[in-house]
Amino acid sequence: MHYGLTSEQEMIVSTVRSFVENEIYPLEKQIEDLGFVPHEIGAEIKRKTLDLGFYACNFPESVGGPGLSHLEFALVERELGRGSMALTHFFGRPQNILMACTGEQVERYLLPAVRGQRMDALAMTEPDAGSDIRGMKTTARRDGGDWVLNGTKHFISGAEHADFVIVFAATGEEATSAGPKKKITTFLVDRGTPGFTIRDGYKSVSHRGYKNMILEFDNCRLPDAQVLGQVDGGFAVMNEWLYATRITVATMSVGRARRVFDLMLDYAAARKQFDQPIGRFQGVGFQLADSITEIDAADHLTLASAWRLDQGLPANREIASAKLYATEMLARVTDRAIQIHGGMGLMDDLPLERFWRDARVERIWDGTSEIQRHIISRDLLRPLGA
Amino acid sequence: MKVLVPVKRVIDYNVKVRVKADGSGVDLANVKMSMNPFDEIAVEEAIRLKEKGLATEVIVVSIGVKQAQETLRTALAMGADRAILIVATDDVQTDIEPLAVAKLLKAVVDAEAPGLVLCGKQAIDNDMNATGQMLSALLGWSQATFASELAIEGDMAVVTREVDGGLQTIKVKMPTIVTVDLRLNEPRYASLPNIMKAKKKPLDEKTAADYGVDVSPRLTVVKTTEPAGRKAGVKVKSVDELIAKLKDEAGVI
Ligand SMILES: Cc1cc2nc3c(=O)[nH]c(=O)nc-3n(C[C@H](O)[C@H](O)[C@H](O)COP(=O)(O)OP(=O)(O)OC[C@H]3O[C@@H](n4cnc5c(N)ncnc54)[C@H](O)[C@@H]3O)c2cc1C
Repeated sequence: MHYGLTSEQEMIVSTVRSFVENEIYPLEKQIEDLGFVPHEIGAEIKRKTLDLGFYACNFPESVGGPGLSHLEFALVERELGRGSMALTHFFGRPQNILMACTGEQVERYLLPAVRGQRMDALAMTEPDAGSDIRGMKTTARRDGGDWVLNGTKHFISGAEHADFVIVFAATGEEATSAGPKKKITTFLVDRGTPGFTIRDGYKSVSHRGYKNMILEFDNCRLPDAQVLGQVDGGFAVMNEWLYATRITVATMSVGRARRVFDLMLDYAAARKQFDQPIGRFQGVGFQLADSITEIDAADHLTLASAWRLDQGLPANREIASAKLYATEMLARVTDRAIQIHGGMGLMDDLPLERFWRDARVERIWDGTSEIQRHIISRDLLRPLGA
Repeated sequence: MKVLVPVKRVIDYNVKVRVKADGSGVDLANVKMSMNPFDEIAVEEAIRLKEKGLATEVIVVSIGVKQAQETLRTALAMGADRAILIVATDDVQTDIEPLAVAKLLKAVVDAEAPGLVLCGKQAIDNDMNATGQMLSALLGWSQATFASELAIEGDMAVVTREVDGGLQTIKVKMPTIVTVDLRLNEPRYASLPNIMKAKKKPLDEKTAADYGVDVSPRLTVVKTTEPAGRKAGVKVKSVDELIAKLKDEAGVI
């Protein structure tokens, strides 16, 4: 068993960390206050990322990506997690699901996405279908040789910058052992397609500037060429490609927690009350001890789940554990960071209140903590017939 | 023209340095080490010369512990072509002194015959600011220190130097030694393709003995201490009060 990184992996970590510290940190406050990322700022981060050869670093060499392992990609995401998601969005990692592109879709969507020429967003969630994604109400109905989409998606991240959106819609029902379930098909929908509108979503407490949008489909007509993967095969496509995105949430939580930890450690050593550094009070020092222990545990759990994917080992439960533990760890660590900073921790002169707010969404998106626990327990019990 | 760039592995500039309890030096166990920032600027400049077609090959060399290999890999990932590691000690606490480093560099220069040696003006660990100058003396080459601008014109290097009170521009005959200052350029990040390529680039490993250079220390460290802590400042309520204090208490105006 070997726990160290290779020298390439060390360099990947230090390059991405320097990039985030130098190119992202200085812009964070401005974006937080603005509530969106102006086009020029996003374009500049994208240009620098392309120059560095890190754009689309989650893609294989066969389509022009660098072909990183899952572990290496998790290391990149961990360092990106230190920075504002609104801004690191432009350190483009297009949806891996685009690897399902075939025929002319490769030239129209996959390759331009990898080259940073076209940006994507992914739309599953609806007002009435969140965790229960197969309960979706958006439909695609056959009409002549075309498909006609109707319905509403919400909470769609990055859609304001997207040139096209990967949309999931119900295309019928099938009988399963758990009763009738919707059949789902995946579509590639260009911005500007008649009947498709993108509008502002809600104002979120977390990740201001990383907007969530509402997508409306009103008799939006699409030719067959817009179907990604097989007709009715959307649920399989989803499971195959979206499986690993939970590692991203976990590892970003670890990166952010380390940034927060450094701030709380420094403050505990520097801030004096009752004539001594507050870290010397056991009540404060033990919060540091718990935090670093939990951060390291989450880091190991997450990298180990990525490593399992690289080895071709089953990893569904391990990824769920990592996502669950890392996001809940981040909530505790950001909360303690505020406690250790006292009143100043709540003020937006320091970034801590932002990290504390941002942490909240991590337990919700990409599968809530409850859904992760459900996956873990089902994985344990199913082999026992329970 | 080959360009040779010596790079030193030093304690990372972000690390809060701690003096060892026995005062023999600073604690280097388990602290983050990086390339000396001035050397990074030298590597960047060398790569730019190559990109402009003024250099044919960028060779980086590091002298110290075996772990300096990581520093060399970083330089290769930035775009240097090949690396030479000269292991001169096994002990991470041992600093190889400028004269020994300059002698080893002279041996490398004799073997490689570069047209230009680009050094950092100093290493941020001991701030000696001596290696480049000593190398120039040993080789009998010209030198231009503290460069904030560098241009190659035929067989001359035109160097703008940051000196007290302003900038001085000098022309030196090549081959030459240029030591670089902070404002010369902004070093690039290692790109992902270059990181992946770095491992495949040649890294020659030698020892100080291979060059017959004695690296035993000539200097004795008498004592190492923390800088004096800064005293808390005072807040003044008005400009008048500030002026009064500067006059009466500080005595500076
Ligand atoms: C800022 C933001 C950005 C997002 N970006 C995107 C995006 O880009 N694309 C996209 O498609 N989606 C996106 N989402 C949607 C996100 O993935 C969903 O919010 C998430 O899956 C939960 O769905 P829901 O909010 O509808 O909650 P619900 O599913 O309604 O859950 C409500 C509560 O019930 C619990 N619950 C539900 N089912 C179970 C169960 N079986 N067992 C136990 N408890 C259960 C949940 O854990 C939760 O506590 C985003 C969400 C947010 C907040």
